[in-house]
Amino acid sequence: MSEIHGEILIKGGFIVDPAQKIDGDVGDIAIKDGKIVDKVSNAAKVIDAKGKVVMAGGVDVHSHVAGPKVNVGRLFRPEDKLFKSGVAHAPTRMEMGFSIPSVLKTGYDYARMGYGFVMEAAMPPIHAPHVHEEIHDTPIIDEAALPVFGNNWFVMEYLKKGEVENTAAYIAWLLRVTKGFGVKVVNPGGTAAWAWGMNCLGLEDNVPYFDITPHEIITGLMAANEYLGLPHSIHLHQNDLGNPGNYPVTLASLKLAEGVKTHNKFGREQVMHSTHLQFHSYGGDGWATFCSKAKEVMDYVNKQKNITIDLGCVTLDETTTMTADGPFEHHLHALNHLKWVNVDVEMETAAGVVPYIYDKDVVPNGIQWATGLELALYAKDPMRTFITTDHPNAGPFTRYPRVIKWLMNKKSREAVLASMKKMDKVIDATTIHTLDRELTLYEIAAMTRTGPAKCLGLSSYYGSLKPGMIADVAVYDLNYKNMPSDPEKIESAFLRSAAFVKSGEIVVRDGEVLSHGHKKTVWVNPKMKENPQVKRDIAESFAKDYTVGLTNYPVREYLAPHPFVIDVDVEA
Amino acid sequence: MATVTLTPTKTPELMLEANSITPDAFAGKNAEQIAKLECREGKTYVTIGDFFTVAGNAGATAAETDIVIAGDCTRVKYIGSKMTAGTVTVNGNADMYVGGWMKGGKIHITGNVDSFCGIAMEGGEILVDGRAQNHVGCAYRGDWRGMRGGTIRIRGDAGNDIGTFMLGGTIIIEGNAFIHVSTHAEGGTVIIKGNVEGRVGGQMVKGTIYVFGEIKFMMPGFKKVDSIELEVDGTKANFDHYIGDLGERHPKSKGKLVFADLYVKA
Ligand SMILES: [Zn+2]
Ligand SMILES: [Zn+2]
Repeated sequence: MSEIHGEILIKGGFIVDPAQKIDGDVGDIAIKDGKIVDKVSNAAKVIDAKGKVVMAGGVDVHSHVAGPKVNVGRLFRPEDKLFKSGVAHAPTRMEMGFSIPSVLKTGYDYARMGYGFVMEAAMPPIHAPHVHEEIHDTPIIDEAALPVFGNNWFVMEYLKKGEVENTAAYIAWLLRVTKGFGVKVVNPGGTAAWAWGMNCLGLEDNVPYFDITPHEIITGLMAANEYLGLPHSIHLHQNDLGNPGNYPVTLASLKLAEGVKTHNKFGREQVMHSTHLQFHSYGGDGWATFCSKAKEVMDYVNKQKNITIDLGCVTLDETTTMTADGPFEHHLHALNHLKWVNVDVEMETAAGVVPYIYDKDVVPNGIQWATGLELALYAKDPMRTFITTDHPNAGPFTRYPRVIKWLMNKKSREAVLASMKKMDKVIDATTIHTLDRELTLYEIAAMTRTGPAKCLGLSSYYGSLKPGMIADVAVYDLNYKNMPSDPEKIESAFLRSAAFVKSGEIVVRDGEVLSHGHKKTVWVNPKMKENPQVKRDIAESFAKDYTVGLTNYPVREYLAPHPFVIDVDVEA
Repeated sequence: MATVTLTPTKTPELMLEANSITPDAFAGKNAEQIAKLECREGKTYVTIGDFFTVAGNAGATAAETDIVIAGDCTRVKYIGSKMTAGTVTVNGNADMYVGGWMKGGKIHITGNVDSFCGIAMEGGEILVDGRAQNHVGCAYRGDWRGMRGGTIRIRGDAGNDIGTFMLGGTIIIEGNAFIHVSTHAEGGTVIIKGNVEGRVGGQMVKGTIYVFGEIKFMMPGFKKVDSIELEVDGTKANFDHYIGDLGERHPKSKGKLVFADLYVKA
C-alpha cells in the first residue's frame, strides 16, 4: 500500500463523533501521514471548516457494487446509462449509469458523499477473482466483500451432521482463498432449493436433498462464526424476503440470536446482523392487505442487544434488483414482467437480476417507502441501526442523502406522502404520519459511520475521529447550530461534501473529485489449525464436482494489490 | 414565426452529435448565440458554428422557431432529438437518431435517414421523403418503453426492427420493410404499404399492424380469425385478420384475453 505523507488541519468545524461522544463541539482535526493525530505543525494544509459539520468518513455496511451480478445488471441494462453518462472532466474518467453505476462512478459518488469504506454484500466464492478485479478498479473507497455461505453445499453437509468445527474450518479456508471478509447468508436453504424449482419460506422448511432447515443453517453458521471469532457477525438476509406477511419469519430468525454470546477481539457486540430489514417487515396476507410491521419488528430489535440491523430504504426510483435470492427474483419477474436473469453458481449459490420501478403512486411501493423510514424512527439505538438502500435493490446508494433528509426532517416526509396518489391507503397501512421524531446529526453519524464500523469489527480503523484512526474525514456544509429550514439543503450537503479526506489525502473539494486516492481491499485471514478432514473434503469435491481445479480457485495477489489484512488468531 | 437557416460548411471527421439542433435549444437566441451552442465530435466539444453558418434569429419559444438545414447532414446525429415544438427541415440526408425522444413539433427530412429515427418518440411528426435504415420508432437498447405517441412516415423503404416495444403512436412505411416489426409491442400502429420479409409481431402483446404487400415468412404465433374490409391510411381494402402472438402472455379486459391484431391485405 502506498503511504500518504503530509499534514492536514481541518479547522474550526462542528465535530460530530459518537465514538468519542462528541456532539457538535467546535474543534480541529489534525491529520498526519494518513492517520488522525493530536496535532500537526504549522506547515499543515488547512481546510477551513468553520460553520460546517465534520464527521468521520462514511462506512457502508451493505451495498452491491462489484462482481458478477452487478456486472450482469450493467450489461443487460444499457438503458440505465441513457442520458446519465456525462463527459469526463480531468482528473476523473467518464462516469456511467444510475442504479448500476460503472466502477468509476461508484468510487467517485461514494467519495463525493464522504464515504471511505464500502462492504460488497454478496460475493459468490467461485467468482471472487472477478469481484476483486472490480473492487480494485473502483477508485478511492476502501472495500471488502462478504462471501455467501447460506446455501453452500459444504456448509449444509457439515451442519446437517452438527459439525460446527468443520464448518468453521471450511469458512476459514474460504475467507483466505477468496480474500473475503465474513459470513453472508442469503435466503438460507431457499436458494439451494431453487435449483429444484422450490424455495424455503419458513425456518423449518426442508431443503431438498440436503435434509436440513434454514433454522439449522442460521444457528450453525452463527456458532461457526463465533467459534472463529471473526470481526463481523453473520450477515443475514432472511427467508421470505419481500412478501406480505413475512414479519413473523423475520422475528423467528432474529430470535435465533437469543442467548448466543459474542466471541471476538474486535469490539463487536452483536452475533447477528439482519440486513435490509425493510424487505422483511411486512404484514397482511396479500397485496391488498399489505402493511408495515416496522414497529413490531423494531420493538423486538430494541430489546435484543446482540442484534444489529440495516434499513434497506426504498427511495422511489427506477432501479435494478439483484440478489443471491434466486427464487425471489423469479417471483419479482412474474410480478412486473420485466427482463430477468437467473444464474446458478454451481455448489455455492445462485443469483437473479430484474429491473424494478418503485412508483410512489403504487400503494405497496408507498408502504415500502414508509416501512424503511419507520424502522429508523422506531430505533432506540442508532449505534445498531444503519442507513442503507441495499443498493441498488431498494434504490441507489446516491440516495443516502435523501434518506438522511427524510429521517432528519418530518416536513420532507410529509411532502412525499402528500404527493402520493393513494396517500390515504399508504397512511392506513403504515404509521409514518404519526412519527414526529427527527433524527439528529449525532444519530445520523452513528447510523452511517460509527455504528457500522463497530458492527463490522473495524472500529479501530474507521468510523471515528479519534487519534490513531485512518484519516477518513468528511466536511459537510451544514451549520450544526443553525440547521437549514429547507430540507433540500440537508440532502445537497450530504450529496456533495464540502471536503473529503480519504486516508490522509484531500480527494474531494466542494463535491468535485480531485484524485483517485489510495484504495485498500480489506480482508480477513483466520489462522486456524489445519483440519485434515475438511482439507480432504475440499480436495475431493474439487476433483469431483467443481468446474475449476482447486489450484485455480484462489484469488491471486495481483487481483488485490492493495491489501489491508485483518488477522484472526483462532483459539480452538 | 422565425426561421433559422443552417448551411453546412464542413464535413465532420467523426460524426457530429448535434443534440442542440432543436427549436428548444435555439429558442430566444440570435444567430451568434446559436453558433456557440455545444455539440460533440467524438469526445471533444465543438459548436454548431464549427460546422454550419447560422443565418436568422430564433423565435422567443420553440413553437415560434423553424430550423432549416440547407444541405446534407449524412454525418450529423440527433437532429431534433427531445424537441417539444417548432419545426426542423433538412434539405438532404440525416444520420441516426433524427427526432429521438421527440415530444412535439414537426421534422421533415427530404433525403434519407439512418437508424433509430423517432426512437422512443412521445409525440409530434416525422416525415422522411427517402429511405430509413433500421430501428424506426423502436425502444432504446435494453429498454422496454418504445415509441409512445406521434407519427413517423417514411416514404421509401425501411430496414429491420420497426416499432420494437412500441406502446403508442403510428409508424407508416410506404415502401418495403425487412424483418422484425412491432416485436414486444404493447400498443401503437404500424402500417407497411409494401412487402415484409418476416418476423412480424413476434412476442407482441397488444397493438395493430397492417401490411398491404405480402409477408414472406409468417410468424407461427399468429392465427387467422376472419377477413374484414378496412380503410387504412386513406385506402380501402379487404384484409385477412390474424391475432397473436399466441406464445406471449396476454392481459384480460372485461374477462376476455387481449391479443395484438395483424391485418394482411387479402
Ligand atoms: Zn439481500
Ligand atoms: Zn443486499
